[in-house]
Amino acid sequence: MTNPYVIQPATIVEKIREAEHIHTYRLQLVDEEVRRTFRFKAGQFNMVYVFGVGEVAISIVSDPDEPEFLNHTIRAVGRITKAIAALQSGDVLGIRGPFGQGWPLDEARGRNVVIVTGGLGCAPVVGAIEYIFKRREQYGSIKILHGVKTPHDLLYRERFDQWRRAPDTEVLLASGQPDKTWSYHIGVVTELFEEVAIDSMKSIVLMCGPEIMMRLGVPILMRRGIPETAIYLSLERHMECGIGLCGHCQMGPYFLCKDGPVMRYDRVAQWLGQTGV
Amino acid sequence: MAMAREIGVLPRVDLQRLLDALSAKGYRIVGPTVRDGAVVWETVRSVSDLPVGWRDHQEPGRYRLEQTGSQEVFGVVHGPQSLKQFVFAPREPLLQIERTKDGFVTRPTLPQSEKVAIIGARACDLAGLAVQDRIFLKDFHSDPYYAARREGLFLVAVNCTRALNTCFCASMETGPRAKHGFDLALSELDDQLLIEAGSEAGRDLLSNLCLSRGSEQLSAEAATRVDACAQSQVRRLDHSRLPQALYDAHEHPRWDEVASRCLACTNCTMVCPTCFCHTVEETPDLSYQHTTHARLWDSCFTQEHGYIHGKNMRPTIKDRYRMWLTHKLASWIDQFGASGCVGCGRCITWCPVGIDLTEELPALLSPGIQPSIVRQRVDGM
Repeated sequence: MTNPYVIQPATIVEKIREAEHIHTYRLQLVDEEVRRTFRFKAGQFNMVYVFGVGEVAISIVSDPDEPEFLNHTIRAVGRITKAIAALQSGDVLGIRGPFGQGWPLDEARGRNVVIVTGGLGCAPVVGAIEYIFKRREQYGSIKILHGVKTPHDLLYRERFDQWRRAPDTEVLLASGQPDKTWSYHIGVVTELFEEVAIDSMKSIVLMCGPEIMMRLGVPILMRRGIPETAIYLSLERHMECGIGLCGHCQMGPYFLCKDGPVMRYDRVAQWLGQTGV
Repeated sequence: MAMAREIGVLPRVDLQRLLDALSAKGYRIVGPTVRDGAVVWETVRSVSDLPVGWRDHQEPGRYRLEQTGSQEVFGVVHGPQSLKQFVFAPREPLLQIERTKDGFVTRPTLPQSEKVAIIGARACDLAGLAVQDRIFLKDFHSDPYYAARREGLFLVAVNCTRALNTCFCASMETGPRAKHGFDLALSELDDQLLIEAGSEAGRDLLSNLCLSRGSEQLSAEAATRVDACAQSQVRRLDHSRLPQALYDAHEHPRWDEVASRCLACTNCTMVCPTCFCHTVEETPDLSYQHTTHARLWDSCFTQEHGYIHGKNMRPTIKDRYRMWLTHKLASWIDQFGASGCVGCGRCITWCPVGIDLTEELPALLSPGIQPSIVRQRVDGM
């Protein structure tokens, strides 16, 4: 019987500043055998551990084809993420994972992909975008709609620029509180739906960010004719174990750590937006 | 089939022989004992450690023991503890982690599998254990800590012949007779104990005792008493419309009403035989070179349970009571193919304000505002 609680040490190879209090940590598992066999899917997450402090669930943002490196973008916001922020290159963190269901990238093959994200919520989908671009010919058009509160919250800025230049790809950005430098849409991300043509029967939607964005955004997409079975959401709840045992991440009958975090909309529609769920 | 089962008869005055036989097999024996006005599980060596002559009386928010002066050994139905603590430990150290110059090394701290014979488990307790088995052992991530503790258990059940005011196992189809999941099952018939084996280990032990075979008449008498116990239960829970009916009741005004009484004290989740929520605690030593990574029972009634960075998904007591009851009675069925409630009634007894889920559920499933509930109360005192 394998022990799902064992934590694997991982060295911080690089710590990249993304924005204030937000860094991407490039990690490498210390144990060679573990490193060699570690595989993950875009959209899955790891429990990231700090010695003497504890664990926190963080999505993997790096390319699943380079599993020897694991990138995690982390905002210093709570007890454990603040302890992570105090670490530097060369320090050792712990990793337990990968956990959960990733994005439906096989199902998305041959279809147009619409990616809708908000704030730091774009992190879990970055790996999926990279995956698609590496196999560009297998997918249809790509539309990336990303909303931030202020321009300072725009992470991976150079990647958005890079994606924008790719063939058959549109990148639309929105900011609710723009500054003078902002040359994109002013408002919320769901308003960007008006600016793109979406072939409703050929498209698959990957959505990630605040739940309010999903609750407001999904009905608009459905009015545009996109079936609810073509809309996927990456959802967030308190997660401690990663294996559906600790009980915290429940949403209706689901344990989002193992049944999610990526869920098809029709499966969670009943619970999304209900208070206290 | 019941008649074909091998049933032995042990005179009650000879119960010590059963304890001795278990000891001889290397089991530490755990049974109900009286402590601080309640019955709790403790290591027992002799029959006199058991609550001979005691009976428990339970009502919403009330638990009392009474000494009747009789020779009845298993007169107490149950205390606050189910079997949960023996397998899903209240605090289970998972890992010892040692700092090294290259980082740290992790050592799992699996519990020693200990042979423990628990005497006096009730049908509802066995049903609760079966629910926990489904959670901790049936999935692709079997829990090795739970498995190690579970492996060493030998379960001696006692069929209930007296229902508490708070019992509703009959309506949950989990009791009062222990049907499976035991090694031995006892029926206490005045000065005789009928012993039935439910496993190979149980049959082995039973044959060691060389008992006289129970007559059909005795078996029939035991069955009659268990049936009477089922009939006498004053509470019931109609789960026929679950899970959907409770999902549909998400906005029912009754949640506000019950939340105004609930203290969010977590008692119901602590005494529940099936609640499995846990949190992980990291305890470094003073040198910060060594840390213990342990899991502890958690409760969905705490502030922290639904917390995600800067936000609480369930900030109000209403949210948390609704989470608990909806999970227990509804989403549990979707998750594990069975209800999370076994009808033991502990959450009713140990609720300091006497909230009773058998009263809350029908209120939540009836249209409109709180119906008045008239229920015949039979006081055990």
